[in-house]
Amino acid sequence: MTSHPPPNAVANAVANAVEMKDIVIRFPGVLANDHVNLTLKHGEIHALLGENGAGKSTLMSALAGLYKPTSGTMRIHGELVDFNSPKDAIAKGIGMVYQHFMLVPTQTVTENILLGLNEPKFFMDLPKYDQKIRDLQEQFGLNVDPTAKIWQLSVGEQQRVEILKTLYRGASVLIMDEPTAVLAPQEIDDLMETMRSMTKQDKSIIFISHKLNEVTAVANRLTVLRKGVATAEGIDVTGMTSEKLAELMVGRKVVFRVEKKEQAPGDVVLDVKEVSAINNKGVRALNKLSLKVRQGEILGIAGVAGNGQSELAEIITGLRDCDGEILINGEDVSNQEPSVAIAQGVAHIPEDRTGVGSAPNMTIAENTIMKNYRDEPIGTKWSINFTEARDHARELKNAYDILAPNVRTMARKLSGGNLQKVILAREITTNPKLMVAMQPTRGLDVGAIESIQRLLLEQREEGTAILLISEELEELLTLSDRIAVLHEGEVMGILDAKDANMKEIGLMMTGEKHKA
Amino acid sequence: MNLPYTLIFEKRTEDYPKWLPAAVSIGSVIAAFIISGILLKIIGGEPLRVIKFFFTATFGSWAVFSDTMVKATPLILVGLACTVAFKMKLWNIGAEGQFYMGAFFASLVVLVPMVNLETTPKFLIIVLMMIMGMIGGAIWGFIPGILKAKYNVNEIIITLMLNYIALYWNNFWIFDKWSDAGFQMTPQFAKVAWLPRLSDLAREYRMFSGITLHLGVIIAIIAAIIIWWILERSRWGYEIKLIGDNPAAARYAGLNISKNIILVFMLSGALAGLAGMSEISGVVHRLQERISSGYGFTGIIIAWLAKLNPFTVILVSILFGALIVAGREIQPSGIAYLLQGIILFMVISSDVLLRYKIRLINLNPQEA
Repeated sequence: MTSHPPPNAVANAVANAVEMKDIVIRFPGVLANDHVNLTLKHGEIHALLGENGAGKSTLMSALAGLYKPTSGTMRIHGELVDFNSPKDAIAKGIGMVYQHFMLVPTQTVTENILLGLNEPKFFMDLPKYDQKIRDLQEQFGLNVDPTAKIWQLSVGEQQRVEILKTLYRGASVLIMDEPTAVLAPQEIDDLMETMRSMTKQDKSIIFISHKLNEVTAVANRLTVLRKGVATAEGIDVTGMTSEKLAELMVGRKVVFRVEKKEQAPGDVVLDVKEVSAINNKGVRALNKLSLKVRQGEILGIAGVAGNGQSELAEIITGLRDCDGEILINGEDVSNQEPSVAIAQGVAHIPEDRTGVGSAPNMTIAENTIMKNYRDEPIGTKWSINFTEARDHARELKNAYDILAPNVRTMARKLSGGNLQKVILAREITTNPKLMVAMQPTRGLDVGAIESIQRLLLEQREEGTAILLISEELEELLTLSDRIAVLHEGEVMGILDAKDANMKEIGLMMTGEKHKA
Repeated sequence: MNLPYTLIFEKRTEDYPKWLPAAVSIGSVIAAFIISGILLKIIGGEPLRVIKFFFTATFGSWAVFSDTMVKATPLILVGLACTVAFKMKLWNIGAEGQFYMGAFFASLVVLVPMVNLETTPKFLIIVLMMIMGMIGGAIWGFIPGILKAKYNVNEIIITLMLNYIALYWNNFWIFDKWSDAGFQMTPQFAKVAWLPRLSDLAREYRMFSGITLHLGVIIAIIAAIIIWWILERSRWGYEIKLIGDNPAAARYAGLNISKNIILVFMLSGALAGLAGMSEISGVVHRLQERISSGYGFTGIIIAWLAKLNPFTVILVSILFGALIVAGREIQPSGIAYLLQGIILFMVISSDVLLRYKIRLINLNPQEA
């Protein structure tokens, strides 16, 4: 294995794996990292925490050779380094495991791992390399068939391939960028086991995460960034509580249970009657489903992903055709264009923020007027008053605390949380009667989750009917008035959130009908 | 060989200054002239004389500048046609065919004739020809538009094939129906169907004698202003950009995408058709074979070089107009094509400067 670079002559025997000192990274108008120190000891798991846009990715990009720090020094195994490209970083044993996999679906595991290497040069003796990779797997407990094609693998297995890729390239320091975000609970446990096994074999790991319980479970020490500044540098994990960590990240106390006011729901706004629909694969996704949502009420939809939740949101907002009736304020909107639902006062927080909810190459201002560009004072009969549009966007930017240099910033440059705030701000300003929110907090950090949840509750108090579709049971229990559990496109039962418990919902999610 | 310095490309993380794209484009055109000069020198030519001649032959006097502008006129309109379609990521490769259909429909006004050419005022005839030209182009844009909107047929194949249909449709009429004494052209149009030229004023103003610049150039510039307004200021332009950037988001925002595909294709076709009208009414004065020397295809390049900005389309079209004029004047005519190729190459590759910062790095910082 070439995983262990020879210690530099000047470095002493106990040199740290990584030493980043006084790192400053400045982009025009933004100080992404302000004199940040990060020390990664040999064989430790060091958690790096922070809200979206706190500068975690920027700091790690500098370590991976993607950006050059404006000032500051970096030492790897005691040796002073100055990376000009990711290649330089890889040569020094830095391996980055990205959140979004960079794999070729039609090629095998081995082919993907060998991609871009100098060996094999011409003749692909794959069986020989399959064996090499099997050896590596055994060493670290990363099981995945080397001859399998990527598309045949589960998400967890694909992640193992990404890790193998860096190990095969001789990485001694692994940077894992939110590795658990894409995994199922069992897979998370496996990953943590792998991480522990790697550190026993001389690897050091920087673990980026939003999830505080994971950090306390697996990391030795942690560093917290807030707005580019380190609010905790390499403190010990033992004795840390989730509340304390959240405070370090957000800069104030975070209420984990947002307050929900008691209020009586009003008239029925959304009435779905015996609706059936098929999904993109032509399979039945909704089966004679009925439900009602009233004014000032949050109806939570629970269920394992892929049990008809996306299709339910789409038929209500006009993005998918169906059989049956969907009444909004008494008007049937089924099988109509999305504009009909919008006219009826339906707001929609789509599941896919970047793919559906926003236009990546348009500015924040252009994204905020997507639903109201036809209306005065922004829209006139023919034209758009872009001065008004930018003022409107600036107001939203301040009111919803959207972090961006200005309203001409492209949407694709925003972090997930800030993009979600743009979408939410836009949808709320339409004064909706019904809001369909799908996975509104997925992938966001604690601070953003809290503010998004707060905004949803404010909408509830305003009298909006809210259909909240989420995979986070805790979120559903906190926010909803009632919870409907979906299984294979059918409602297994509707529970009052006050006396619902996780176990009962869990059983219903697996297909057991509610015994009323 | 180990050089102590190396160039590295850093991805730009911030927005570039507003003047940069213009500076880079102008710089790359200058660089193209320098490289062409070097090549000319290698083959034994006199680069300075050739380049000087290029400028005198295209911008050197009012007469030659007028020729350049005459060539630029259809290019502006066709460049705008491609710009509108490309903004919505509709790959209209059929501006050439739409140009021919525009020319054909505009000719109908004279050849049928649709109005009494003796009694109708010139103004009305010209306006009628413009409208007919736009209708012809719009019909040729409607076909791929509705096919894409309703059945998701690939517009590239359809528009490409429609080019040939338009060409041979035209040929049929000029060979078989309206042939002028067996030649592959119709008889010359009556003067009343000609776009006014500056030379028409030569009796009053001697300076305009022989200047062939016609009203089409004004039409083209007005069209550029209107298209700029549509794209940058109007509600429709916002919708076009939104659909172009993310169709799923546009549908989610309640836009009718099918309707917009058809409308934008028709607008694109109408602009190309107007170019065809301007060419037959302003320059050729009859319907004939080869009224376009590939304007429809050059328009694609112009739209890209202009980065889909209607005003830049005007400037790029003038440059290409100059290259066409110079191609006639400089012998061998290949020189102009050489220059054209190098300019294209330089401008397209200069895009890398907008996406990356290039820095010179000392590989041995300790010694420095």
